[in-house]
Amino acid sequence: MAVAERTIGTSPPRKEDPELITGQARYTDDLTMPGMLHMVVVRSPFAHARIKGVDASKALAMDGVVAVYTGADLAADWAGPLLMAWAVSEDLKNPPHWPLTKDEARHQGDGVAVVLATSRAAAKDAAEAVEVDYEPLPVVVDMEAALADGAPLVHEDQGTNKAYTWSLKNGDVDAVFAAAPVVVKERYVIQRAIPTAIETRAVIADPSPAMGEYTLWSATQIPHIVRVAMVVATGIPESKLRVIAPRVGGGFGSKLQVYAEEALCLLVAKKLGRPVKWVEERSENYLATHHGRDQIQVAELAADEQGKIRGFRFNIMVNMGAYLMIITPGTPLLGAFVYCGCYGGDAYEVNFTGVFTNTTPTDAYRGAGRPEATYAIERIIEALARKVGKDPVEIRRLNFLPAFTEPTPMPGGLSIDSGNYDATLDQALELAGYDQLRKEQQVRRERGDTKQIGIGLSTYLEMCGLAPSRVLKALNYAAGGWDAATIRLSPTGKVQVIAGTSPHGQGHATTFAQIVADDLGIPFDDIEVITGDTTLAPLGMDTYGSRSIAIGGVAVHRAAMKIVEKTRRIAAHELEVSDEDLDYASGTFSVKGAPDRAKTVPGLAWSAWTAHDLPDGMEPGLEETAVYDAANFVFPYGAHICAVEVDTETGQVDILKYVAVDDVGVVINPQIVDGQVAGGVIQGIAEALFEEAVYSDDGQLLTASLTNYEVPAASDVPSIVIGRGPELPSTTNELGVKGVGETGTIASPPAVINAVIDALSHLGVTDVPRPASPENVWRTIRSTRGGDGR
Amino acid sequence: MIPAAFDYEVAESTDHAVQLLGEHGDDAKLLAGGHSLLPLMKLRLARPSVLIDIGGLSDLAYIKDAGDHVEIGALTRMCDIAASDLLRRHCGLIAEAAGQVGDPQVRHRATIGGSLAHGDPASDPPVALLTVDAELVVRGPGGERTVPASGFFTNFFETALGPQDLLTSVRVPKLAAGTGWSYQKFHRRAIDWAIVGVAALVERDDGTVKRAAVGLTNMATTPLRSAGVESALAGRPASAEAFAEAAAHAPEGTNPPSDTNASAEYRTALSSILVRRALEAAVA
Amino acid sequence: MRQISVTVNGTRREADVEPRQLLVYFLRETLGLTGTNVGCDTSTCGSCTVLLDGQSVKSCTMLAVQADGHEVTTIEAMATNGELHPIQRAFHEHHGLQCGYCTPGMIMAADSLIREAAGPLSEAEVRIGLEGNLCRCTGYQNIVQAVMAASQEMQGGVKARAGKGGGS
Repeated sequence: MAVAERTIGTSPPRKEDPELITGQARYTDDLTMPGMLHMVVVRSPFAHARIKGVDASKALAMDGVVAVYTGADLAADWAGPLLMAWAVSEDLKNPPHWPLTKDEARHQGDGVAVVLATSRAAAKDAAEAVEVDYEPLPVVVDMEAALADGAPLVHEDQGTNKAYTWSLKNGDVDAVFAAAPVVVKERYVIQRAIPTAIETRAVIADPSPAMGEYTLWSATQIPHIVRVAMVVATGIPESKLRVIAPRVGGGFGSKLQVYAEEALCLLVAKKLGRPVKWVEERSENYLATHHGRDQIQVAELAADEQGKIRGFRFNIMVNMGAYLMIITPGTPLLGAFVYCGCYGGDAYEVNFTGVFTNTTPTDAYRGAGRPEATYAIERIIEALARKVGKDPVEIRRLNFLPAFTEPTPMPGGLSIDSGNYDATLDQALELAGYDQLRKEQQVRRERGDTKQIGIGLSTYLEMCGLAPSRVLKALNYAAGGWDAATIRLSPTGKVQVIAGTSPHGQGHATTFAQIVADDLGIPFDDIEVITGDTTLAPLGMDTYGSRSIAIGGVAVHRAAMKIVEKTRRIAAHELEVSDEDLDYASGTFSVKGAPDRAKTVPGLAWSAWTAHDLPDGMEPGLEETAVYDAANFVFPYGAHICAVEVDTETGQVDILKYVAVDDVGVVINPQIVDGQVAGGVIQGIAEALFEEAVYSDDGQLLTASLTNYEVPAASDVPSIVIGRGPELPSTTNELGVKGVGETGTIASPPAVINAVIDALSHLGVTDVPRPASPENVWRTIRSTRGGDGR
Repeated sequence: MIPAAFDYEVAESTDHAVQLLGEHGDDAKLLAGGHSLLPLMKLRLARPSVLIDIGGLSDLAYIKDAGDHVEIGALTRMCDIAASDLLRRHCGLIAEAAGQVGDPQVRHRATIGGSLAHGDPASDPPVALLTVDAELVVRGPGGERTVPASGFFTNFFETALGPQDLLTSVRVPKLAAGTGWSYQKFHRRAIDWAIVGVAALVERDDGTVKRAAVGLTNMATTPLRSAGVESALAGRPASAEAFAEAAAHAPEGTNPPSDTNASAEYRTALSSILVRRALEAAVA
Repeated sequence: MRQISVTVNGTRREADVEPRQLLVYFLRETLGLTGTNVGCDTSTCGSCTVLLDGQSVKSCTMLAVQADGHEVTTIEAMATNGELHPIQRAFHEHHGLQCGYCTPGMIMAADSLIREAAGPLSEAEVRIGLEGNLCRCTGYQNIVQAVMAASQEMQGGVKARAGKGGGS
């Protein structure tokens, strides 16, 4: 029999695309329900203010307005506040976060009231007419100021702005630092970023009052978690609530959240017995959807005279914003284990201090904790190189953990699945033409050109595939980290894959279909993948943390292998041999030594359906579910090299070349993986050079729209060169896969910033603020000797 | 994302537009391409009670040779100005500046008249027109008059247009042969407004600067001519030294804004660098 | 309310609209053409790009009344008789989309860009030509490749003909 060609490692065009390229895909805002009301949220213009009163009489009198509710109006209706799922420490302060504030607005954009009307325009007009009597209160925006004595308190009743402290320690760190001949210490500020998925959030709650049932459509990454959180907030039983994430226009962590508007739509739909829709405007998105990053880091390395690292110590202050959202306090912990990067050392310490401020809450943003960790280690290792007189390549090679293909312990305390750090660096150096770039740099230095070249490296290690449930328990996260898949064969051999991860651009339908096609020998086109619906795919933990292939994909594979095992028994029965007498390859069971005697999976699906002649005791039908909980994380790694040209007069930075070599283990669909890498790298470059959320001292977000929150366009960024390294299979799972959703965003910012510093190193520059905007670079040059052009 | 409600009138002719402006008074706004006004209205930062749509006045969309100058109708789109061979031949600076506005979609809709009437000091075409000493033709209740570009921009988002005035065309002088020009736009993203922009014209006579004109974008509450640079250059050799010396005068008379993309201090420093580069590029 | 008549995707559509209704909401809500998306409120992101009389425009920055008497083309009309437009096919083949939300706007902007060009577009021309469209997923890399490929297919013959000195 012909053996089906393997699809893993090839790039069939995506199953997702036809409806997306023709405009037929339906995102949440594309849906309309009969009798639907439109909701608009009245938001505080002040960063901190007491709500003294709300007068909705004018709004209520306007055409089309059905209702106005304030925080006080709804107070008795909530079963509980919005879910915060990660109580990282004993000392954590977790003030309740209500969908509408009852007493005080604590950041600009905090919800004060909702208006329900029969049209979007009427709701918008009426929201303007709601009169809120605010008493402005003192505001604190800066983290260090927030921790100072006498600082205004974001939550008066907590008595402090310190949200928590958390530590991770391995080895005798103080002794290692005390004994080390070389210590380097630097301070880095990771600016606040705004995720900016191009689709803003949108929600529709559709009640069936007679049945007490509800359907919630939401532009979310996490329909399953939202369902649980809605039970907590609204008291609607899980059995009566279906959450659907239809087509979702990007997330980047910003839709890994349980939001006030989801709870509000649901509650108001329940009260009014009518469908309710809310669609976020972009300028609203910048205030009401969570932000990311925002850390002040003090990084220290202890080393010997040659620059061999002995100890790591990082003290990190993290801006929580005004409330703790679903994993606000835990987000930095996702990076806590990889502050050592891919380097060895004897002692390791990471300390986090969470700080409340009168700003939009922060939470996961693509990479979540690991970009910050990678930035700290990939900056400080270059400081160490400068201190001991080594170049950036040499210092890294000296400190790399040796290559390994079995789990190996790291200074952060976990075991890494597989890695060969020299190999990815070798490939990156070659693709970049590193030696030639260095020569060109030297020529320009000697000529004293206005435009100088710099080369920056980032050899990163990240951990993803969230997450082993036992580790999550140890970290005090409220839920597990498994995922699930069900595979169902129709009588005619077509396949439904029902997966618990919930995509928003990653290409699950294509990638999962490839896994199943190879496992079952069924044509790619005969496989459909269903996701993002708690009724159709009831078991799942959703999509974040580069988990969809490393957890969800493995679950799909395991479900497929259960199908193989069941069909093997049917085949053996029909061929009148024992199970062990059958070979299996690509969907075909054949008798050992008599390959003409064979059965295929689609044919056996028919047998399972007719049930005319199944082995004794076997249930008819062909449907299997697997739930996979990984024993370990997966650890992608790689080497990125960035070459920049810096205009030393204006501070303008242009990227000349960017090379990304990422070993993400076994690659299912190379084109999709390349797409993830390119997208992630550009998003990281954007953080390094363009984007920054800026607040005024009184808590007004100054970068409150796309006109000055500088998301780059195609004309502002380069094409990148992609390499794959040795493609060492992960030892964590049988597919050998790692994650690829976040590598680019994790690796690229330090590569870019290191390059900018390198371009200016002859002026004595050792630091450049993020983003390396023209003015920030210009100021850096000006602050150096002779840098002002004298 | 939804403008406040307004009444809507369609002007059938320029006279009709002027008449409608007279009827509706100060609360009325003219709507041409809408690319300055509608973004403000969507955020409800502008809420005119009446919009008078002049978009259908196709007789105001033209670029024509008028002897010593090129005349551009007020409703001419930026894309057509950017692509105009006539302008490229006689005053390429204007085409270049129009091509720097926004993005392709914006340039397909935005009009030169709308850009000028908006009076945004960060916009590119106004500075270019100021630098070439363009004349603006205005229709008002008292008939037609011309206003030199130097007298048109009166303050931040304010112009010499009265409440019943309609800008109908722009007259762009043809540059003398041998006049070099450059527009240097410094920005973070290609779609952004200029942090600083510099328009430069250099007319040479045997290696000597016969006449220089330099305009600055986003360096004050209005588009600005840099008199200090211009006078420092007159009669000087067209050399790198002379350009650098003259460029040091760029900050004179400026009053740049500070925003999240650049401080006033940085803009001031940039202005000298970009003036020097613009002058060098103009003679290159 | 004001009556307008707009030819949308080849069909004349008459409707009474509020003057303040943006063209994008006329398309999405009045006509049910939800392929055109909204991604910002500042005319920046380009998700709402459609063709007006054949040229790319941001339908969030036009009133529906301004489209009176004009022709509008949306993503829904790009494939004809079940056959994908060359740009759609190129996006599919080159993986020029991930979440797909910016894609209709990108395709419409690309169509206008390609048709306005004298011949096949270079990478730099595509990048600058798409400056009015933001994508957060792809890093633009494969979008640029897709548009270059589509440009080659749609305009590839132009330079060759011109090179042979042929007239129209």
